[in-house]
Amino acid sequence: MFKRLAEKGPAIAITVDGRKVTARVGDTVAAALLAAGIDHCRTTPVTGAPRAPYCLMGVCFDCLVTVDGVGSRQGCLIPVREGMKVETQLGRREAGR
Amino acid sequence: MAGEARAGDEFDVAVVGGGLVGIATAWGLSREGCRVVVLDEGDRAVRASRGNFALVWVQSKGLGLAPYAGWTIRSSNAWQGFSDLLKQETGLDVSFQRPGGFHLCLSEKELEARANVLKRLHAQPGIVDYKTEILTRDQVKVMLPDIGPEVVGGSFCELDGHVNSLRLFRTLHTALNARGVTYLPSHRVESITKEGGEFRLTTTQGEVRAAKVALAAGNANMRLAPMVGLDCPMKPERGQIVVTERLRPFLNHPVVTLRQTDEGTVMIGDSKEESVDPSGLTIGVSATEAERAVRQFPLLANVNVVRTWSAIRVMTRDGFPIYDESKTHPGAFTVCCHSGVTLAANHALTIAPMIARGALDAPLVAPFSARRFHVQAAG
Amino acid sequence: MIAAADLASSYELVIIGGGPAGLAAAALAARAGVSTVLFDENPGVGGQIYRAITSTPVADRAVLGQDYWDGAALADEAKASGALIVNGATVWSLDRQRLVGVSVGGKARMIEADRVIIATGSQERPFPIPGWTLPGVMTAGAAQTALKAQGLVVDGRTVMAGSGPLLWLLAAQTLRAGGTIDAILDTTPRRNWLQAMFHLPDFALSPYFAKGLALLREVRAKVPVHRVDTMEAVGNDRVREVVFSGAGGTRRLPVDLLLLHQGVVPNVNLANAAGVAHVWNDRQLCFVPVLDADFGSSVPGIAVAGDGAGIAGGTAAAERGRIAAIAAVRALKPDAVVPDTQAIRQRLQREEMGRAFLDWLNRPADSFRMPEGDTIACRCEEVTAKQVRDTAKMGCEGPNQMKAFLRCGMGPCQGRLCGLTVTELIAAERKTSPDEVGYYRLRPPVKPITLAELASLPISEAERKAVER
Ligand SMILES: Cc1cc2nc3c(=O)[nH]c(=O)nc-3n(C[C@H](O)[C@H](O)[C@H](O)COP(=O)(O)OP(=O)(O)OC[C@H]3O[C@@H](n4cnc5c(N)ncnc54)[C@H](O)[C@@H]3O)c2cc1C
Ligand code: FES
Repeated sequence: MFKRLAEKGPAIAITVDGRKVTARVGDTVAAALLAAGIDHCRTTPVTGAPRAPYCLMGVCFDCLVTVDGVGSRQGCLIPVREGMKVETQLGRREAGR
Repeated sequence: MAGEARAGDEFDVAVVGGGLVGIATAWGLSREGCRVVVLDEGDRAVRASRGNFALVWVQSKGLGLAPYAGWTIRSSNAWQGFSDLLKQETGLDVSFQRPGGFHLCLSEKELEARANVLKRLHAQPGIVDYKTEILTRDQVKVMLPDIGPEVVGGSFCELDGHVNSLRLFRTLHTALNARGVTYLPSHRVESITKEGGEFRLTTTQGEVRAAKVALAAGNANMRLAPMVGLDCPMKPERGQIVVTERLRPFLNHPVVTLRQTDEGTVMIGDSKEESVDPSGLTIGVSATEAERAVRQFPLLANVNVVRTWSAIRVMTRDGFPIYDESKTHPGAFTVCCHSGVTLAANHALTIAPMIARGALDAPLVAPFSARRFHVQAAG
Repeated sequence: MIAAADLASSYELVIIGGGPAGLAAAALAARAGVSTVLFDENPGVGGQIYRAITSTPVADRAVLGQDYWDGAALADEAKASGALIVNGATVWSLDRQRLVGVSVGGKARMIEADRVIIATGSQERPFPIPGWTLPGVMTAGAAQTALKAQGLVVDGRTVMAGSGPLLWLLAAQTLRAGGTIDAILDTTPRRNWLQAMFHLPDFALSPYFAKGLALLREVRAKVPVHRVDTMEAVGNDRVREVVFSGAGGTRRLPVDLLLLHQGVVPNVNLANAAGVAHVWNDRQLCFVPVLDADFGSSVPGIAVAGDGAGIAGGTAAAERGRIAAIAAVRALKPDAVVPDTQAIRQRLQREEMGRAFLDWLNRPADSFRMPEGDTIACRCEEVTAKQVRDTAKMGCEGPNQMKAFLRCGMGPCQGRLCGLTVTELIAAERKTSPDEVGYYRLRPPVKPITLAELASLPISEAERKAVER
């Protein structure tokens, strides 16, 4: 869906559901997922429908993911960090995560 | 069709108030074959039915007025049947459950105070003996495995339950609509008179006439009741609630201040404040609720709060229901209480038929007449 | 990085939002000696229009254009002014007493303010077509954000659809960045021209006229444009096709990415929760706050500047921010030297001149604002247009009762992507005006915070007593 204009800037290694993904400095979690061609980042807690980032500006909450074990984080507002563990969130969030 | 006032319409009963008390009563009246109109305020009305905690709750009820315990148990027992009837009519499931509920204590002092309340409650003459036990921390933990280390124990009553109260609100409205009951929003009742054997209700959008009138306007009953020779002293109170995002099920029993809805959200309540300003919210109160919730269930610490709100409780002066019929204006009734979710089954299945017949059934509801305030005042 | 604990317990001026309005306001107020803090939830300043202005990886200046780079001066000015600028700071509460609830790095604080300027800008208008929740369907603004902030350009089969200047700007920027666009589906109703023509003379004099024409020409030279009346995103797990119909009948195009946009509307959540009065603006088809000439709202001490005050664009936003800041400085420090508002107001007027034409021309069609059938109105709670319409028919008069009945507006986005749709659907069904119907009554937190953050806030004895029993 998206490609990088230039593979510039220091690479940052994160994992998405255990899989290695290379992000760049300046990426948000949502942008890193889109750049890696990851199609959806969660399924809804209501019907389980797949969703992906929609607005990339903090409005829609469709970019919710689990980051370093904490669920329902807004991926489009969180900058990536080296070693960050991102997980797609399926349905309702689990309390305690 | 609902929503449109029709001049010259004749109604058997005008129900004033479109909250849970009003519409449960209206539904019951319609089942009795009455032609019913419900007069309500608009979208921004102060409506406890949109802000309540949704417990169908028994424990603690009746301290200070013993018959209230029996009245509450009656409704609790009728609730399953009530929800089945609603489901048959609308296809909507209000998700009533009665797994037994807890009151959790975070210190020995709180636990002792709790035990004292229950002791005083059960020591009252004429009280129905409903089981509420004090449980130790270990006993609680068997049923609520996720409690935090600060929970020292609590009380448990197997008659306690909960429901999805917003869905109940919607379901009752849906059922009324299907039954052809006339629902008139933005028809705030300004005055009521009785002329030539019928009641005339002046609203912000014209006059409505009916043979009987049931006042179910919450705290506004205080203003309306004297117009038909009734008395309904109120003492409104504000309650604040915090609600989280949807979570996977983790809690099998409602706690008096914390419950997980069938949709997965966790509701955390609920304060008692003297304010009557529904638009105000006190962050410190939400913070206290949140803090206690996290101490009770530490696994909730990272969960997102999506909303807080405050609602004004419909509260009579002594906190107990008021059911009355007018001596001076026969055909006028008051139906007024705080716990409109818990008592919905009674209002629909017990009070409504009495109003349809035209007389309250004294053995059941005489203790709830507002005359009790005058007796006390005289004594 | 500034942490929550580093914040003072009060500031003379709190500005919420670091777009042009917030940056300009902060620079002016801080330079006049007012203790000023600016909060923005994004990792960097710039807001939407100047997104990532201090960090964008897009080196070729022609791609984003001169208008974008103009924002650098604003950001520099704000930084040099002495205002405290806090990024990654989400404001989740504001009340009539100007108590500001803010979270930074997962820690919440309550901050007192003598004056507040809400500069939270705009968001894209909901675009509820069938399939708009499918992965692969995004807003045009989202693609622009990815381009500005991360240097990501669209890849694969891409269709842009909708109306409004931003759509064409994004198309041009995408093409300049080397992206390809398979088609643009123009949803502007033709009859909009009738109303818009009255305002053409003003528009012709505004700075947007020449720019707008040049953009259209640039894009049309490279991308086929279709006029459409209906549009649907089709696919199971993701969007596969866009199906649309217009004068030429029904057509389908395979897509990997469908970018929707039909203008922007004020981001009202925070102002609404603070109790600021709003009215329906029929030209812009949205609620806007009721404001005085200095952008002061109905709540004393709270102003709303920038696009949050009604859509007028980035340059106007900065001027509005300055006017609101001057009013704040005058109230806080009557002896401080401030710029002459006369000149600012004149510049603002020039900026706003062409707005009527743009608003009328780009007014989205009813069918793209008020969906039917199973089209989702509330994305979070997955409530359909039919459910909303049926419930309105049943006697539900307003969005607050609708919310209680159907849960629309109760999810994490707190009505941002269904509020206008629900209001307009109710108005349509009940044959009344959106103003009459009103909007959701919003409550804190206007952005989610964790229970632990809420629990960490100061509690008085009375507040504790109100809960413990
Ligand atoms: C997606 C999008 C793309 C656009 N692209 C362009 C463009 O390329 N060119 C153009 O001319 N116009 C564009 N516009 C219009 C343009 O954004 C506005 O005219 C201009 O940005 C208005 O400035 P502002 O300062 O009022 O608001 P904004 O620039 O929107 O700034 C508001 C800031 O407040 C922050 N904020 C909001 N709520 C909170 C909160 N509760 N706590 C903390 N921070 C908060 C936001 O994150 C944002 O950073 C775009 C609009 C959108 C929605
Ligand atoms: S993509 Fe919309 S909130 Fe993140």
